[in-house]
Amino acid sequence: MWAILSVFRKEFRENLRDRRTLISALIFGPLFGPLLFGAALSLSIERGVSTADKPVTLTVSHAERAPNLLAHLKQYGVKVEAVSYDDAAARAAVTEHRKPFVLMISDEFGTRLQSSQPAQLMLYVDSSDANNGKDVTRVKALLSQYGQLVARLRVMTRGIDPLVLSPIVIHDIDVSTPAGRSVLALGTLSYLVLLTMLMGGMYLAIDATAGERERGSLEPLLTVPVRRESLIYGKMLATCAFMTLSLSLTVTAFSIVLQFAGLERFGMSVNFGPLVALALIACCLPLVPLGAALMTIVAAFTRSYREAQTYLGLVLLVPTLPLVFASVLGLRPTAALMTVPSLSQHFLITSLLRDEPISAAFLALSIGATLTVGAVLVFIAGRLYHREALLG
Amino acid sequence: MREERCPDAVLYQWKRAVSVIEATGLQKHFGRVTAVRDVSLRAMDGRITGLLGPNGAGKSTTLRMLYTVIAPESGDALIDGVSIVNQPLEARRRMGVLPHNAGIYPHLSARENIEYFGSLHGLSRKDCIARTVALISLLEMDEFADRGAKGFSQGQRVKTALARALIHRPRNILLDEPTNGLDVMAVRSLRRLLARLRDDGHCVLFSSHVMQEVGALCDDVVVIAHGNVVANGTPEELRQRTGEGSLEDAFVRLIGTGEGLS
Repeated sequence: MWAILSVFRKEFRENLRDRRTLISALIFGPLFGPLLFGAALSLSIERGVSTADKPVTLTVSHAERAPNLLAHLKQYGVKVEAVSYDDAAARAAVTEHRKPFVLMISDEFGTRLQSSQPAQLMLYVDSSDANNGKDVTRVKALLSQYGQLVARLRVMTRGIDPLVLSPIVIHDIDVSTPAGRSVLALGTLSYLVLLTMLMGGMYLAIDATAGERERGSLEPLLTVPVRRESLIYGKMLATCAFMTLSLSLTVTAFSIVLQFAGLERFGMSVNFGPLVALALIACCLPLVPLGAALMTIVAAFTRSYREAQTYLGLVLLVPTLPLVFASVLGLRPTAALMTVPSLSQHFLITSLLRDEPISAAFLALSIGATLTVGAVLVFIAGRLYHREALLG
Repeated sequence: MREERCPDAVLYQWKRAVSVIEATGLQKHFGRVTAVRDVSLRAMDGRITGLLGPNGAGKSTTLRMLYTVIAPESGDALIDGVSIVNQPLEARRRMGVLPHNAGIYPHLSARENIEYFGSLHGLSRKDCIARTVALISLLEMDEFADRGAKGFSQGQRVKTALARALIHRPRNILLDEPTNGLDVMAVRSLRRLLARLRDDGHCVLFSSHVMQEVGALCDDVVVIAHGNVVANGTPEELRQRTGEGSLEDAFVRLIGTGEGLS
């Protein structure tokens, strides 16, 4: 036991001095993960909110032919830029991106409108240009709104109730709660948390086997009168400590960043106070020994530091697989699924953020199954340290 | 017996002259390659025993089996009477080991590197610190003892690894090609240290393929070729037995080829 602690203390101290470990464990994941996530979320919310009331500038050719229509558009916040293009000039202006879109009013627009015949408007649009999509939709809606207005007036002058033109009415009723809606956007959060947790211990896991061997310090280490299991357990303990550190920092950072992401403006509320952050860390903790042992085992089979880095990069993807299946298949938590490590943590995190109650049985299943698999992997890692091939 | 020692000496004075490393019939394969076919040897207290042989003769594999990093397929060795096969942990306590190209931890200072091994050998904190201080001064390491080991020269690395190997007052010292990569000055100070360990009663067993080194330092020589012991005795005995004037010629005759010498 004292040997395990000796190894743990030394590994912990040594890695605190290793810039590469520190950056990956304490800076990259915890800092950049939440910051990027928060920025992306903020940006997408910003876009959704802003386009609705941003003024649209509409280039209109021969505006003098339809004064009432233009008055209607102006009333709804459309700025009109009057030009006098012919068909070719309008096409060229849109193709060359000088104007986002051009509305052309035909020369007999006024006379046809007066004689109750369909009057032509031409809207020149480049539909492959994604930037204008929302503005185009809005202009079209305003134009058809004007059309309906004229239709109602025509019907009324003929002594008919305009309501006959509206045989059905559709009401959208959205039943999702604000917290539930935000979970959709926060779906990737559990993945980022699990990923940064594993990354925090990656370099220690490599160092324990491939790194020690490459430096030539493994062989002297194996000559001390300590069981080899104790050496590797001490190293895995240090790996776990760094993973826990990384996990705690990441979750704390997420908790802080999401307070400032401005989700409530978008009608979302995030249930991510200090208590939820603590519960979230606690849910992920059983996964720590499993991850540490898994990375140590994979690193033990590699021949060099570089090779270990490559393979562990792939191992980082392992916990993401269940999450991908869960989102593709739309899985809901069941007893069987709660025994799958990393998937069960994903469910627990989601439930916590949704502010849903978590069943004690599911919680116990998640913790029990994850710890059991972890214990088996820790045992295997200990056995692997007996292999003579470990010395290379 | 061996418990007569001055308590404050850095290197203990051992008073005994029976064999303390005794290997019989060691054998080891790696895949289809036979690294060690049949090695029996004996190294005594108060003597330096050289394991001499060309590259690939099985010197390192023999030493690795002796210091219990790999297990022999057959045969056994007794370290102070403790079997490396049945009681490897107990055997390790009795050995100080400097493996081939031994590495140290770059993010720790020399002192921390040494103290770490002290703690793994179960030394008390106080004892560990005191031993480290004594070894640092013995090996003339004061200048770099508290610097990070990252930028150490080969000589400084070997000194650190050696101090680390001696931290637990081992009676028996095993070194695999210890002079590899050292400059002349460092080789000389290493030789002085090995001679001093011998004079203090330690059993020193080291491997080398460098003839001058073995001739200058060893009391006993074990010549290994193709995984077998081909001769052993004092340098003088080997010269007489082969009828050659120099140890180098004796060695060439013994291993039956001119290859692998330097």
